Amino acid sequence: MRTISLILVLFAVWLLFSGIYTPLIMGFGIASCVVVALIARRMDVIDHEGLPVQLGPKMILYWGWLMVEIVKANLDVAKCVLFPKKHLRPSLFLSKITQKSDLGRVIYANSVTLTPGTVTVDLHEDNILVHALTIGSADGVKSGEMDQKVTKVMGEE
Amino acid sequence: MMELLLDISTWILMMTGCAFLLITGVGLLRFPDIYTRIHAGGMADTLATFLIFGGLALQSGFTLVTVKLVFIVAFIFITSPTATYALAQATFIAGLKPVVDGFGDDGPDENSNTAKVKD
Repeated sequence: MRTISLILVLFAVWLLFSGIYTPLIMGFGIASCVVVALIARRMDVIDHEGLPVQLGPKMILYWGWLMVEIVKANLDVAKCVLFPKKHLRPSLFLSKITQKSDLGRVIYANSVTLTPGTVTVDLHEDNILVHALTIGSADGVKSGEMDQKVTKVMGEE
Repeated sequence: MMELLLDISTWILMMTGCAFLLITGVGLLRFPDIYTRIHAGGMADTLATFLIFGGLALQSGFTLVTVKLVFIVAFIFITSPTATYALAQATFIAGLKPVVDGFGDDGPDENSNTAKVKD
C-alpha cells in the first residue's frame, strides 16, 4: 500500500520536474519510479517515518499555522538585531514534550528550530533543551502551544 | 496594468527579503556568542528565503518553474532546521556555555555588559 503511494508521489514529482511529455520519456519516468520504489521496499525504508501518509491534511493546516508563527518570530528576531540592548535576553532551559512517537518529537523539535528565536539544542526522552533569544520567544516555547498542536496532528492525545 | 502591478509586488517582496538578509548579516556580527548567532542565521533560512522566492514565483507565473521554486523552498525548510540542530548540538557537546545573563538593565554591571553587546 505504501509502496504504491510512494510510486504515485515519485511520479507526480517527476512529472512536475521534467516538463517533457513524450511517450518515450514518460515510459522512462514510470520505469525509474517503479525501480526506485522496489529498491526502497527491499531496503525496508518505506514505513511510517519514511513516508508519513498517515498525517494527511492535518499536517498541511499545521504548516500554515507554522508559517504565521515563523513570520512573527522573524520580526521578533529582526527587532532584536536592531535593538539588542532592549530585547536581547538569551536563555537556556528544559521544556517538557508530550509526543510519544519519535516522529512526533522530531517534528516538534524541528518546528522549534525552524522558528527563529528558538533553537533545539538537545532532545532526550521527553525533555527538550531549548535556547531562546528573547523573553517572548522563551515564553512561547514554555507555554506549550506548539507542543499541543504537534501532538494533535500526530493524533497522540 | 497587470504587468506593472506584478512588477511592483515582486519588487516589494524581494526588497523586504533582501532587507531581512541584511539584518541577518548585521545580527551575525553583532550578537555575543554562537548560540545567539544561530538565531540570526535562522532568519536567512526562513522569511528571507520565502520572500525572495515569492518574488521570483510572481515573475514566472503559473508555470513549472514556479513549482520548482516551491520545491526549493520546501527542501530548505526541511533541511535547514536539521543543520541548525546539528550545529547547536555539536556546540553544546563541545562544552561551549551560552551567555545568558548580563544583558540590558537587569545585568549586574551595566556599563561593561552593554559594551559587550555592542562588539
